[in-house]
Amino acid sequence: MSRTQVNAPGTLGDDRAARARRIGRRRETRAALLFISPWIIGFFVFTAWPIIYSAYLSLTDYDVINDPNYVGFENYEELFRDPDVGLALWNTFFFTVIQVPIYVIVSLALALLLDKAGRASGFFRTAFFLPKMTPPVAVGILLLLLFNGQSGLINEALGWFGIDGPAWTTDPDWVKPGLILMSLWSVGASVIILLAALRNVPQELYDSARVDGANWWQQTRKITVPMISGALFFIFIVNTIAGFQTFTEAYTAYFGSGNTTYSNDAALFYVIYLFRQAFEFLNMGYASALAWLLFVIIMIFTAIQIKVSRRFVYYEGEQR
Amino acid sequence: MTTQTRLDSEAAAPEPAAARKAARRRRKITPVKALIWAALILSTLIFIYPFIWLISASFKPRGEVFDNKLIPETFTFDNYLNVWQEAPMALWLWNTVLVTVLAAVTVTVSSAMVAWGFAYFRFRGRNLLFGVVLATMMLPGAVTMIPQFLIWNSLGMVDTLTPLWAQNLFGSAFYIFLLRQFFLGLPRDLFDAAKIDGANNWTIFMRIAMPLCKPALIITLLFEFQAIWTDLMRPLIYLRDSDNFTVPRGLKALLDQYGFGGEWHWEIVVTASVITTVPMIILFFLGQRHFVQGIATTGSKG
Repeated sequence: MSRTQVNAPGTLGDDRAARARRIGRRRETRAALLFISPWIIGFFVFTAWPIIYSAYLSLTDYDVINDPNYVGFENYEELFRDPDVGLALWNTFFFTVIQVPIYVIVSLALALLLDKAGRASGFFRTAFFLPKMTPPVAVGILLLLLFNGQSGLINEALGWFGIDGPAWTTDPDWVKPGLILMSLWSVGASVIILLAALRNVPQELYDSARVDGANWWQQTRKITVPMISGALFFIFIVNTIAGFQTFTEAYTAYFGSGNTTYSNDAALFYVIYLFRQAFEFLNMGYASALAWLLFVIIMIFTAIQIKVSRRFVYYEGEQR
Repeated sequence: MTTQTRLDSEAAAPEPAAARKAARRRRKITPVKALIWAALILSTLIFIYPFIWLISASFKPRGEVFDNKLIPETFTFDNYLNVWQEAPMALWLWNTVLVTVLAAVTVTVSSAMVAWGFAYFRFRGRNLLFGVVLATMMLPGAVTMIPQFLIWNSLGMVDTLTPLWAQNLFGSAFYIFLLRQFFLGLPRDLFDAAKIDGANNWTIFMRIAMPLCKPALIITLLFEFQAIWTDLMRPLIYLRDSDNFTVPRGLKALLDQYGFGGEWHWEIVVTASVITTVPMIILFFLGQRHFVQGIATTGSKG
């Protein structure tokens, strides 16, 4: 069948060649759609329909057992009255705004260190990356153990320097700092991304900078950071999006049936609140409205970041 | 320490004179270099010590779990025996293996098919359609989470393992993107030649494209394996009966039962944490090269 396509041009009349090409194109389209069909089906069933249905649910009261009850924009009005939404938003913003810059700086510092480790860099890279393999549930448990106010390792280590460590896991003021510090344990993947970017910076740039007498700090600021700004921005944006959706570590440590004794308001992040509304209190309509608010917030932040990045980020070749 | 010896032995191997001289110059210890190494070793300690702490604690009796000693004062293997009795640990591990393998294999095959569809064929609306694939990556999971639950609920599949993997039959945007990039890098002549030889589309895909794409397929398998093994949210949503739990879901249940809010049997929680984590560590060492490569390309392609 492909043979017609190959022989057609030139040997046959223009009319028939065009027809053959048209048939060939139609065959190609059909074959392509066959290969893509799993995604198309999945898209309609598990993405497109859920988007529409979620928008509809957000205008209803729905508890799974009884039919959805249309209530108009009541759920959205409730979002602004519900003090827990304000609390969850505040916790989430606080966490993201503080965690992301620290995360990026720590990743960069570790990547720069690794870059100088020479042949041993493979060993250190493994060491830095292993925490990323740890299931987030286990990370949440480690948080409770290591940051324990009385007997945790962190406070014991602080004690060696004469510092009386805070009650990280029970004092509401210290719950989020503890979560942020624990999250830094998983920087490994970002370090690998930045290291790969560092290795792509042309050596000549440093050679000529050194000739001009630039010191290490100047080279890092004026060459390294601009040259890897694409990777830095990628990490920044991915972590911001992930930060807004923080769930597992905080939920493991501060929520669930076993943690009723905690005052866990300080760890009530947005997706945790959404999850509880949907699957613990079965307020599916209200939770859908919460989801759409999250969607809007993430879109706004991503748009701002992309806009700002245009001014700072350098892409080699600028093809994209 | 081990790296130091490796460095030495490699430097001792016969090399051209110039290289040896350069190596000697490099090995001269300067204050800056000492500082870098101190920082490297200190950060390694920070990253690795929680593992050591956890493993050490898992060999301590109940009263000593919190003593922060590197070597257990009373060494006991009891926790590893008890944890199987306190919880259906073996069943949880089996459930997790089942879900993880099914999820990883199905997502790899389906994503590769879709990626090939976008990479090889030319058809009208292709770029638009691929734009939709990329756009779905931007959608927060929270938006589709509730209706997806309702779909599985209406199929009577809640509290079965099916919802944890079956959506992978339809490909996943991120892997489709990753694999498409890889397919686009293959020389097109190869497939045209096969086509002239009479190979059909399926043969070209299965016999030529897939084998050439092996590194990217392995990356997809490993990434998904890790993602599903470590996931807590979906098991929280879909699993009710503890016999159906995956290990992370089971670990959360153990924490609730034996943690601060419960009976304070932390030795059980700690030991179960080790059991949950170790398979991922093994997975990393088995596929280290692919993990590192996969993550590095993720950064450069994004």
